[in-house]
This record gives sequence, structure tokens and C-alpha cells, in this order.
Amino acid sequence: MSAINYDVELRRAGAHATRGWRKYKYMAGRHVLGTIGLVIMVIFVLAAIFANVIARFDPLEVDSVHALAAPSAKYWLGTDAFGRDVFSRIIHGARISLAVGLGSTALGGSIGVVIGLASGYLSGWVDLIFQRIIDILQALPLLVLALVMTAALGPSLENVIIAIAIPLVPSVARVIRANTLALRELPFVEAANAIGMSEMRIVFRHILPNTLAPLIVLATAQLGSAILTEASLSFLGLGIPEPYPSWGRMLSESAAEYVRTAPWLVIFPGIAISLAVFGTNLFGDALRDILDPRQRG
Amino acid sequence: MLGYIVRRLALMLITLFGISVIIFVLLRIVPGNIVDILFDAAGFVDPSDKANLERELGLDQSIVVQYLHWIGGLLHGDLGYSYVSEKPALDEILPRIPITARLAGLALMFSAAIGIPLGVLSALKQGSRLDYILRAVSLSGLSLPSFWLGLLILMASVSMFGTMPIYTPNPQSFGQAVAIYCVPAMAVGFRSAALVMRITRSSMLEVLRQDYIRTARAKGASETTVNFRHALKNGMLPIITVLGIEAAFLVGGLIVTETVFNIPGIARFLVEAIRWRDYPIVQNLVMFCALIVVLANFTVDMLYAVFDPRIRYND
Repeated sequence: MSAINYDVELRRAGAHATRGWRKYKYMAGRHVLGTIGLVIMVIFVLAAIFANVIARFDPLEVDSVHALAAPSAKYWLGTDAFGRDVFSRIIHGARISLAVGLGSTALGGSIGVVIGLASGYLSGWVDLIFQRIIDILQALPLLVLALVMTAALGPSLENVIIAIAIPLVPSVARVIRANTLALRELPFVEAANAIGMSEMRIVFRHILPNTLAPLIVLATAQLGSAILTEASLSFLGLGIPEPYPSWGRMLSESAAEYVRTAPWLVIFPGIAISLAVFGTNLFGDALRDILDPRQRG
Repeated sequence: MLGYIVRRLALMLITLFGISVIIFVLLRIVPGNIVDILFDAAGFVDPSDKANLERELGLDQSIVVQYLHWIGGLLHGDLGYSYVSEKPALDEILPRIPITARLAGLALMFSAAIGIPLGVLSALKQGSRLDYILRAVSLSGLSLPSFWLGLLILMASVSMFGTMPIYTPNPQSFGQAVAIYCVPAMAVGFRSAALVMRITRSSMLEVLRQDYIRTARAKGASETTVNFRHALKNGMLPIITVLGIEAAFLVGGLIVTETVFNIPGIARFLVEAIRWRDYPIVQNLVMFCALIVVLANFTVDMLYAVFDPRIRYND
């Protein structure tokens, strides 16, 4: 694999065409879908941060008088079987999704980076052992592994993050390993070696920064699948426990029985999940187009 | 080639062994086993009864002994007994496999039938408005949770027909069979179709840039011949890979889809068994999933050599 010159790729994407705000405007014009994705992501992050301000009701407050109320001026997206405001729960649910998404991507990414660097730089038996571990982790579908892990660890926010992070490790480790193998042979690493730089310093100061671009591309893609997996786990009742308003759990509570009577309980949380994931996917796609020319169509 | 196959098979065995150890340990670090759950539900019970039951299920032995017992049985085709139904695990698992296999097969057919043509179209019209729309649709396919798609389909069917497709083991009519299998298959296959479409598009774009495509055009081959006989045929490899991997990984998507549509396949069975801490079922089902994935990977690699004569596994 040949190393990619990211400066050239960024310039081709329009990053260096102009300066200041016009630069971003120019890039946004060239990558419309990616910009839409970024806007969606920003909206979700803002919703999560300012959930307390935006939400009109306490997402956990039970109000049996107004149970299963249809969407109205008071309850924008209706209420659930316990009379909890769906809009407020979705806004607060953004926190859970974001926490799990970012948490598991960061955790899985960090473990993957360490394994990938060690495996690619040290080679030999370290590589052999890590490769077998990666093989093992890759032999199970993401959801199956995450399901067994949450079952083993017990349902809690931290455990769901861990359960989703571990299945994300292999792809990060593989990308970092492949990049490290290619970078290891380049003159600048040889030079660093020649002046007696420690291996740790070479790996973390010189090799790691050069693998950041593919890492960011991969992490964005994984953010989407982490959010989806959390929703699936919670939907199955094995993810985030009550009373946290997780989008997946909102759908599991409402599932088939409310399909007839309270469709808003099915429609809105699903839109929230889909939009959040769609946004990250759009943004991730644009990033990949810019940073990974091998994949460019 | 033979040496490569032997080495691959050896690695497959190592992977399966690793999975078996990890799953076995994971399931047993959970505080509380099935006996605790059963007895908690029953209220106060004589502790000696509890100890008896634990002995009967072999839960009083050390974890290593339990593991060896399981693997030993597995090699003889004895998967142990379900804690919940007390029937042999094999008898519980086997009848559910065809249901899931049918769904997965239909979903794959659906994803290939939709994904490949649309991917080709998207590549041929690269940069056009149609390409943009198709790309957005395929991205949305990767973004919609399949259980939500399933719920939406149920909702649509309720509002249109006043009823929803309910699984029966013996469908009365062809239409009913279509409803109970094809509808869930489409719900789960939408994602795979989107994936296949993206891979087809990028693979086609890659191939269309090659010199031999220009040569084919230059010698006067028609557009159809160039696009399908030269381009698509050579671009099939990544598509086959994705279809092969998806075939194995569909179990993940089917877990939620079978739950939504109430279909008694192995994917939903896995969730039920996890809820009940029914270890013999969970560990055997997970091993089964891993076996399918490992075999699918192997088959895809072998197909590579068939489809691309330049690939020779000889070292």
C-alpha cells in the first residue's frame, strides 16, 4: 500500500483554495451531502448538551392522566403509556446515544490503535498473538458479541459502552496495523531510529500522527454503527436500563402493541435514531472521499 | 494451494477454539446462574434443593471441568440439555435453523437483486442527479435500524390491510408464505442491499477506469457489452465478498427482525436464551454463528481463486 499525501488530498478537496471562512464555504459547496451530515451531527450534539433547556418536560416524570396523548401543542410528539413527554425523552435520549456512541468509539478506537501499532511495529510473536485475537473477535457479528457481553457484564451505561467497544476493536487494529507496516519502511522512521530515538517515541510521535486520517474516517463510520447497536441492544431490553430515555428502549416499550393505537411512539424515536446515524454516515462518507482517495469513486 | 487450505483450516480451528473459551468464560462471570434465577422467583427454598439442582446441572464443578465437559460433548454431537425446556439443546436448535436460513437466503437474494443493478446504474451515471439520489438512499439503508423498518412495515400493513403478517409454521396459502417470509427478509435485507449497492458502485467505478475497458470501447464493443461483460464481470469480486460476509453476519440483523416479527428462528432464540441464562443454548448458538462466519470467510477466499485466475494461494 502506498502512503497517501494528505496535504495534496486536502488541497484537491478544496481545503487550501482560499483562506478563512471562505475556505469552509468552498468546502461545504463541494461536499453538500457531507455538510448536511455535519449540520445534523451538530444539532444532535447541541440537543444532548442543552437537553435540560430544550426539553419541555421532565423526561422521567410519570403523568397517568395524560398517558398516550396524541401529538398536540402541549405534547409536541405525544406521550407514552406512562404519560411521559416523547419530545423531552427524545431530546434526553440524544445524551445516551451520544455518550454510548462517543464512549464506545473512543474506547474501541484506543484499544485498536494500541493493538494495531504494537502488531504492526513489533511484528513477530506479538503480531501473531494479536492477529489471532482479532480473528476471534471478527468471527462474530457485532450485535451477537455485544449481546453476549452485555449479558455477561450486566445492563448499565458503562457496560453497554464496553460491550459495543470491544467488537469495534478489530477493524481499527487492522487499519492501523496495515498503515504502520507501510510507514515503518519509510525513511523518516529509519532516520528517527538512526538518531537513537526510543521505539515508544517513534511509534507515538511519528507513526501514530500519520495514521490519524484513516483512523478518523473509520471512527466516524463506527460512531454510526455504535449508535445503531446501542439502539438494537436497548430495543431487545438488554441495553441501557430504565429509567434512562434511550431511543432503542422507547421503541421496545412501544413495539408492536402500540403500532395500532399510538403510532407516534413508534415513528418519532425511530426518526431520531435514523437521523443521527444518517448524519454521521453522510459526514463520514464525505470525510472518506476527502481523506482516502483509494476509495474515491 | 493445498498447503494454503490446510493452514487456513488450522487457523479456523484456532479461532473457533478461542471463541469457545471466550463465550464460556463470559457466560460464567455473570453473577447468578439459572438456579439462582429460578429460586429467586420461587421465594424461600430449601438450600439443599438448590445444591441438588446445581449438582444435577453440573454447575458445582470447576469452570475448567465444565468447559471440558461441554467441548467433549460437542465433539460427539452432544450439545447438552437446555436448562429451560430440559430437552436436548440439539433438538431445540435444529428445527429453528431452516426458518432463519430461509429468511437469510431471501434477504441475500433481495439485496443482490436490488443492490447490484442499482449500484451499476449509479456508477454508470456517476455525478448525475440519479447517482446522488441513489447514494443518499443507500446511505439511508445503512442508517435505518432494521427493527424500526420492521415496525414501520407492520404499521403500514395494519393501516392498509387491517392486519399484520403473523408467523405460522404451516402457511395456508402462497400469499401467506410470501407475507411471513418475504416481508421480514426485505426489512433485514434493505441494509444488505444498500451495502451491496455501495460496493457495486465503487467496484464498477474502479474497473471502468482500467485500460482494458478503453480497449473494449476502442474495438467497437457496444456499451452493454462493455458495461456487463467486461466491467461488471471483473468487478464482481468485491461484491461476492460482501455477499459472503453478509450471509454470515445477517444473524446480527435477524436478531432484531425475528423479534419484531415474532419469528421463532435461531436469532430470536439466542436473545431468549440469553435472557434465561440458558448457557447450553447460548454457547452452542454462538459457536454455530462463529462456525458460519468462519466458513463463509473461507468460501469467499476460495471463490476469489475461481473468479480471478491471477490469484494463486501458493506460499
